[in-house]
Amino acid sequence: MTKQLVIDYEKCTGCRLCEMVCSVKHEGVVNPARSRINIAKWETKGLTVPVVCRQCEDAPCVSACPTNARMRDEELGRVIVNYDRCIGCKTCVVACPFGAINWDPLARKVISCDLCDGEPQCARFCETGAIRFIEVSTANKDRQREAAGQLLESMQKPVQPAAR
Amino acid sequence: MALNRKIAYIDLTTGTVEAKPIPVKMRKQFLGGRGLDAYLLYNHIKPGVDALGPDNVLLVSAGVLVGTLASASSRTHVAAKSPLTGYFGSCNMGGFFSPELRFAGFDHLVIKGKAAKPVYLWIHNGEIEIRDASKVWGKGVRDTQEAIREELGDHEIKAMTIGIAGENKVRYANVMTEIKNSGGRTGMGAVMGSKNLKAIAVRGTMDIKIAHPAEALEYDKKVISQVTAAKVSQEMGKLGTLFIWGATNSQGLVRTRNFQLNQLDESDAIEPEEFEEHTFGMAACYGCQVHCRARYVIPDGEYKGVYDEGPEYTSIGAFAGEPGCRDLTTVLAANHLVNDYGMDTLEVGGMIAWAMELYEKGILTDKDTGGLDLSFGNEAAVIEMIHRIAKREGLGDILAEGPLRAAEKIGKDSIKYQIHVKGMSALHSDDRPAPALALGIATASRGADHLRSRPAIDLYHLPEPVLRQIYGQPVPYEGPLTSDYTDYEGKSWQVFWQEQCYMAVDSLGICKYHTIFLGPNFPNFEEWSKLLYYNTGLEMTPLDIWNVARRANMLERMFNLREGLTKQEDWLVDRYFDEPTKLGIPKIRGRVIDRDKLHKLIDEFYGFQGWDTKGVPKPETLKALGLEKEPSHQL
Repeated sequence: MTKQLVIDYEKCTGCRLCEMVCSVKHEGVVNPARSRINIAKWETKGLTVPVVCRQCEDAPCVSACPTNARMRDEELGRVIVNYDRCIGCKTCVVACPFGAINWDPLARKVISCDLCDGEPQCARFCETGAIRFIEVSTANKDRQREAAGQLLESMQKPVQPAAR
Repeated sequence: MALNRKIAYIDLTTGTVEAKPIPVKMRKQFLGGRGLDAYLLYNHIKPGVDALGPDNVLLVSAGVLVGTLASASSRTHVAAKSPLTGYFGSCNMGGFFSPELRFAGFDHLVIKGKAAKPVYLWIHNGEIEIRDASKVWGKGVRDTQEAIREELGDHEIKAMTIGIAGENKVRYANVMTEIKNSGGRTGMGAVMGSKNLKAIAVRGTMDIKIAHPAEALEYDKKVISQVTAAKVSQEMGKLGTLFIWGATNSQGLVRTRNFQLNQLDESDAIEPEEFEEHTFGMAACYGCQVHCRARYVIPDGEYKGVYDEGPEYTSIGAFAGEPGCRDLTTVLAANHLVNDYGMDTLEVGGMIAWAMELYEKGILTDKDTGGLDLSFGNEAAVIEMIHRIAKREGLGDILAEGPLRAAEKIGKDSIKYQIHVKGMSALHSDDRPAPALALGIATASRGADHLRSRPAIDLYHLPEPVLRQIYGQPVPYEGPLTSDYTDYEGKSWQVFWQEQCYMAVDSLGICKYHTIFLGPNFPNFEEWSKLLYYNTGLEMTPLDIWNVARRANMLERMFNLREGLTKQEDWLVDRYFDEPTKLGIPKIRGRVIDRDKLHKLIDEFYGFQGWDTKGVPKPETLKALGLEKEPSHQL
C-alpha cells in the first residue's frame, strides 16, 4: 500500500495554507520560498495549481543526480535526498519536469516534498480536498465513477421523454 | 520572529526612505495593522491638512499576525485623513499583499509628501526603491499589476494599486490588490492618486519565524475547524456573501430604490442562486479555509468572457437593489468595472441610486444628465454612470465628489435624499428595524459603516444566555441584553463590545468572517491571545487585547474630534426616523428608528466609552489607557 499526494487543481482556492504549514513543519518559519509545495497562480484567469513532487517511480531527478544523493525510498514511496552526498549542484532542480524541486535561498540546499515522513501537513490542512494523501491505486476511482456516471447518463438519454 | 518587521518612512517629495524597528512596547499597546495605524495617524497628521494635499500621510500596514499560521490572517490596512469625510480614513482588505509585505521585511509604511511625477514603490527583502510609473499611469487595476510584474520580471510580485478613479481623485476611490481585493470606503485610492503614487509592489523571501511551531500548527488547526464547522461558513464557501442577499431581501432588510423601499419584490427579485451557473469554484485569501469569493466569467453583453471574482452581497445591493435593477449581467459587469477602475462599490451604488431618485423627483433633469435616462431600473444607465464617475465626465464629475459635496453642487433639496453618515454612504441594508445596527452606523469612526461595530449576530435571535457568554468577556457586563433585534435594550453595549472586537482583529490582521461577526461560536479574544502567543511569542491576555482595541478606537475618536467632529454627526439622516419601512415580513414592516431612544442609546454608548455627554473622551479615560500624553511621537 503506497499513499501519495493527489492534486485536484479545480478544488484549489489558492489560499496557500499548504505552503505555510509546509515551511513551518520543516523549518519552523512561514516562508513560501522555503516550502516544498507551491501554488502556481494565473490571477486574471482564476487558476491556481498546487505544484509538488510526484514521487516519480523512474525519477528524472534521481537519474540526473551526479553524486547519487537522490534516491527512491520504497518504504514510503518517495524520493529522498542524502544531504551528505548532495553537492548543491541544482541539476535536479532543472531536471524535474514539474518544477517541483526548490532551491532554499536561506539554507542554500535543494528541497522537495518528503511527505512529512508519512503525515503530509498540506493534505491535513487542505479542507477543500485539492490536496489529498491517499492510496495511489484508488486515486482515480472518484473520477472513474464520475465519468462512468456521465456515460450512463448519455446512454439513457434516448429513452427519456424529449420535452424538458 | 514575526515581531521584527520594520516601519518605513517614505517621503515622496524628497525621495528619502528611512526604516526603523518597531519596539515591543508599541506592539503591546497597539499590536499592528489598524491599531498602530491609529497611533501613527494621530501622531503624523497635522490638524486641518488638505486630505488631497501633500501634507496628508498615507499609512499602509499588515496586522501583527499576518503571514503567520493564525487562520485568515491576510488583512492589509490603509489609513489617511479621508478626502470623502474629512475625518478618519481607513480601509481594510484581504488578499495576499500584506503577507508579501512582511516577507519583504516590513509591517508599516508611512508615506508622506507628493512625487513630482507618477511613481511606484518597489519593496523587496528589506529594500525600498521609488520607481518611475509613467508607463502604468492611466492603466486599470489589473493591467497595472501585470505591467509591473513584467517590468520587474517576477510573477510572484503582489502589488497594491490605484485605478483610473484614484488617478482622477474620485473621493471614494479604492486601493486594490490582485483583481478584486478592495480597500474601499473613505477614498484611500484618491489619497494615493494625490501623491502621484500609482502602486506599491512587494516581494520577499524573508522568514517569518513562528515562536512555537508545533503548538501553532495544532492550535491553528483547531481554530480553523471552529470556523469551518459552522454552517454559515460553509454557505459562505459556496457562493460568498451573495447568500446573505437571499436571507435579507426575503425579510425586507435591504434598501432599494435609494431609500424608498426595503425589498426587491417577487416580480423582480434577484436570487443568489442565479449566479451559480456563471461561477466556477471559489477563491480564497491568504491562508483562509472559508474561501468566500466566487470566480466568474461575464456571460454576455459588452464584457462577455471577462473573468472577475466576487460578486458580493454589496454588489447586488449597489447595482441591483439600490438602482432598482434585476439584471445579473449588469451586476457582474458593474462589479468588474468598479474593481478595475478601483472604486468603492457601496459609494458608487449609493451615489447612482441617489441621482436616480433626484431624477425621479425632477431635481436632476435630462439637461443635467447629458440626455441619459436615469430612471430606476435602467441597467445601461448604471453601467454608463460608473464610467462617467471614474472618468469624472459630466454628472459623473459631481457624483465623484461624494454625498455632501455633490449635494451642495446640485443644490435644491437634494441633500434630503442622501443616505449617509459623516459624509459617507450607508450600506444598502435597511437598518430601521434593527436599532443595534442603526446605532453602529451612526457612531462608527469612518462614517456609515457596517464593519466597525455592527453586531450582525443580533439578527440571529440568540438566546440571552448565549449573548451573556459572548458579550460578558473579556470585561464583565451585567446590564440588559435582549434577543429581539427590534429592541433597544442593551444594544449600546453590543455595539461598544463589537467595536473593540473588530479593532482587535483589524490590528491582528484577521478577517472579520472569522469572528463573532458571523457566528456565536467563532474565535474570540481568548483564541486570539493564544494565536498571538504561539505564533509571535507575545504574551497578552484577552483583556490586554481588549485594551489595545480601546486605545486605538479612542485615538480614532480623538483624531475625528481634532478634525472638528461634533456629537451632531453621530446621527442618522431623517428618513430613518420619518419614513417607515413599507415591505417585508410583518416584524419588519412599518419600522422607524425612534429619535429619543436612539439618543438614549448614544448616551449609553458614550458612557461605556468613557466619553462625556458631548462625545469627548474624559481625562480619566485617557489616563487609564495611557493616552494622556498623545501625540507622544514615539514612532
